[in-house]
Amino acid sequence: MNKQKNKYMERITNGIFTENPTFIMMLGMCPTLAVTTSAINGVGMGLSTTVVLALANLLISALRKFIPDKVRMPYYIVVVASLVTIVQLLLEAYIPSVNKALGVYIPLIVVNCIIFGRVEAYAAKNSVGVSFFDGIGMGLGFTVALIIIGAFRELLGSGMVFGFQALPESIEPIAIFVQAPGAFLVLAILTALQNKLKLPSATNVPGKEFKLACGGNCIECSGSTCSDNHEKINVSKDPLVKSKSTKNVEAEKENSKGGLIR
Amino acid sequence: MNSDYFIKLIIVLISAAFVNNVVLNQFLGICSFVGISNKIKTATGMGFAVIFVITLASAIASAIYRFILDPLDLEYLQTIVFILLIACLVQFVEMVIKKFSPALYSALGVYLPLITTNCAVLGVALLNVEADFDILTSIINGLGTAAGYTIAIILLAGIRERIEYNEVPKSFKGSPIVLITACLMAMAFYGFSSLL
Repeated sequence: MNKQKNKYMERITNGIFTENPTFIMMLGMCPTLAVTTSAINGVGMGLSTTVVLALANLLISALRKFIPDKVRMPYYIVVVASLVTIVQLLLEAYIPSVNKALGVYIPLIVVNCIIFGRVEAYAAKNSVGVSFFDGIGMGLGFTVALIIIGAFRELLGSGMVFGFQALPESIEPIAIFVQAPGAFLVLAILTALQNKLKLPSATNVPGKEFKLACGGNCIECSGSTCSDNHEKINVSKDPLVKSKSTKNVEAEKENSKGGLIR
Repeated sequence: MNSDYFIKLIIVLISAAFVNNVVLNQFLGICSFVGISNKIKTATGMGFAVIFVITLASAIASAIYRFILDPLDLEYLQTIVFILLIACLVQFVEMVIKKFSPALYSALGVYLPLITTNCAVLGVALLNVEADFDILTSIINGLGTAAGYTIAIILLAGIRERIEYNEVPKSFKGSPIVLITACLMAMAFYGFSSLL
């Protein structure tokens, strides 16, 4: 039981720290840039994505043995799009202010690379429980990243954090940070810092072409570039690779066990 | 009346291409904007593939919304319908081009699969519905948006080809300098906001 719990917790910390989708995997850049004009928008977007991601992982993992390989992409698209529609309707009904602030970016969760990436790379290969927690972990990692970026932009751009005055009134805020160019600037500073401090990230693997958000090919993401990203990141933090691969072996063992029981 | 409508179309076109530029202002399609902009040639190919798909997709999506979803009160299905439509459309366009125009296929073919989940395509279809555009206005809006995307990606590719030969501070090599470039381009495009 305890081991079980650890396995789930491991997925959550993995999503928030080890493989943070925004800071480390550099996925889902469109919503990251678009909605981080304030920290509260980041919360709304992050949590909506978390719900979709966790449920999509759950459903796809549960049906992974019944879906023929050839039609899996349309199936993923339908599942994710249905979940997004449900989330959108719920937001419209209960938190209309968030729905209004995020606008078209809520339905656009459908094409968020993080979701297809996780579904294909993780949920399609792992059992229901861990997939669900993987979705929660990844979603929370995304949320945390959006809140940090959002708070940073809000602080510099309007002198506030979560709508409360944080800087003294005498300091003139740099309005460009809450406008469109500021989003690119903040992301540029972030990736430059990652380069400077040699933090693990998909954008600063030495000797390789950098990859930001899979070069746009999200649907074949996990098949090619995303897993590529994974590998590059793993190579860059070499000592962790071994523990990773043993973990994978363990996961496979468990899968095969499940198959036997069935 | 007719000339009013025509002027409205031109305003929609310019506003979509420059004022509300899809990548630099709305942040749709960032992945491919940053990912495939290292050479002018590939950027141009991608740009024209996007123009083709977005214009076609906004026409069909708008027609489906007007004639099927709206009369049947099925507006809430728009996200599912549009994403499936785009996925099918891209596959279909790929097959048609491959069959009828191998030259065009070799120019655009490789970029078509990249477009399926380009958020700009779905974004335009949804924005057309949100703004309550009729079919012709939707097509013009799609065309303008895609033209804006193409302009932005070709400009970025041109700048990046130049940056290759510059001394960039070590920490800023790779993606940071591309994002800084995008930031400066966004500032320049910000100037268009007083155009209309």
